[in-house]
Parts: sequence; structure tokens; C-alpha cells
Amino acid sequence: MKRRHFLALPALAAVPARAQTGRFQPAQDVGPLVRKLADGMAPAEGGIEVELPQIAENGNSVPMRIRVDSPMSAADHVLAIHIIAERNPRPLVATFHLSAASGKAEVSTRVRLAGTQKVRVLAELSGKRFRIAQRDVLVTSAACLDESL
Amino acid sequence: MMIGRIQAPPTVRKGEPFEIKVLVQHPMETGFRRGMNGQSIPMNVVNKLTCTLAGREVFSADLGSGVAANPYLAFFAVATQAGEIVVEWSDDRGETGRLTAAFTLA
Repeated sequence: MKRRHFLALPALAAVPARAQTGRFQPAQDVGPLVRKLADGMAPAEGGIEVELPQIAENGNSVPMRIRVDSPMSAADHVLAIHIIAERNPRPLVATFHLSAASGKAEVSTRVRLAGTQKVRVLAELSGKRFRIAQRDVLVTSAACLDESL
Repeated sequence: MMIGRIQAPPTVRKGEPFEIKVLVQHPMETGFRRGMNGQSIPMNVVNKLTCTLAGREVFSADLGSGVAANPYLAFFAVATQAGEIVVEWSDDRGETGRLTAAFTLA
């Protein structure tokens, strides 16, 4: 191999590296998904407490706790809680169905996050009312990117 | 049959919400990963989990690939009578799991 050919190689090697960053999921517009889940209604802000670390070291497992202000009575309770992560390849992470028999509108789980993003929580209350909350989370090491294994 | 763990108080007060914690052993394959031979590993996640209290459904969850491996769920329930907590789930391959825990009213 000639020296000038060899010198041209790093430039070539840089190409796939750049293509790799393209695998990072861009933030998708989750508006249509929220509208679909909220049955076309505009959800009100607030009334939901989301516990999510500000910095998540590992996007493969991020603890999350959701609390919705609700008396959880037969007349006024939370029907469903949706978790939406805009940069995940499948933005709808999970849906929890609750009822008056839940007693308390509080759910915790562990989620995967494909990068730094806004995580939205949409709650459906009885009487076709919807609430939304969002939290920013910085993910140091994203999930779903280690497929080179 | 899959493995899991449930944690709930053995005695509860009538009408007072108490927490049920469930941990299921499952890889929650996203379908985006590739194996050693370069072939993609098919998606296989626990897609549905339900919890009934003395025969009445109190909680259910639709899970996707965005839930971490070995899904952990904690939620609340109110008991009106003593009985059994039954947690059942199934994955994309149709495998199911079931956990039970008995409780009495204080």
C-alpha cells in the first residue's frame, strides 16, 4: 500500500463513525400520539408528580414514580396513566389501567430511555378529563444503542 | 411458566390503600438488538400484566419495549375483604406467569 493511500484511510474510517451517530433516535413529534391517547382533547397541565432522576447514568433502567392528584373515589378517579418517551423508537413506553379499587393513583416502574429527552406522563381521569406532565432527563448512556454486540 | 416475585403486606386494613410490588424475570427483548451471528433477536416483551384482589381486577399494565429488563411494577390497591392477590402476565411468545400472595384483614 502506498503511503498516500494509507493516509487517505482515516478519512474513510470517519464516514461510518458519522453514520453511527445517525442511529441516535431524533426526538419525534409525540403530539399525534398524545392527541390519540387523549381522544382528541387538549390535556391540562399539572396535577401529576413525576419522580425521575435529572441525570440517568444508564438509560437501560431508569426508575420512575408517578403520582396523580386524585381522591380515587367511585365518581372521581384515574383510569389510565401513559408514559411517553419522545426519543424512544417506540414512544409509548407503558400504559397502566387503574380504577377506584386502586385506592391511590401511584405507580412506579423502571423504563428504558434512548437518550436525553423529555418524558411525558399522560393521565386519563374519569369523566373524560386528561392531564399531562413532562420531565427532562439527561441520559448519560442511552439504551438501544449497543446492538453492535 | 416464568419466575417472578411479589411483595405485599400479609395483613391490611379494610379500605386503606396498600402497596403491591411485583418483579418479573424477563429479558424484555426490544427486537432492535442483534445476536453474535448478526441476526436480529426477535421482539419478546411481557405485554400484559394484571392484578386481581379477591377476584376483582385492581390494576393492569400494557408494557412495551420501553420497559427495562426484569420489569418492576409497584402499585396500590384497596381491599374490602380478605383473599388472595393474583398477578398474571404473558409475553409475546405466549408464555405466562402467575404469582399469588394471601392477605388477611386487620
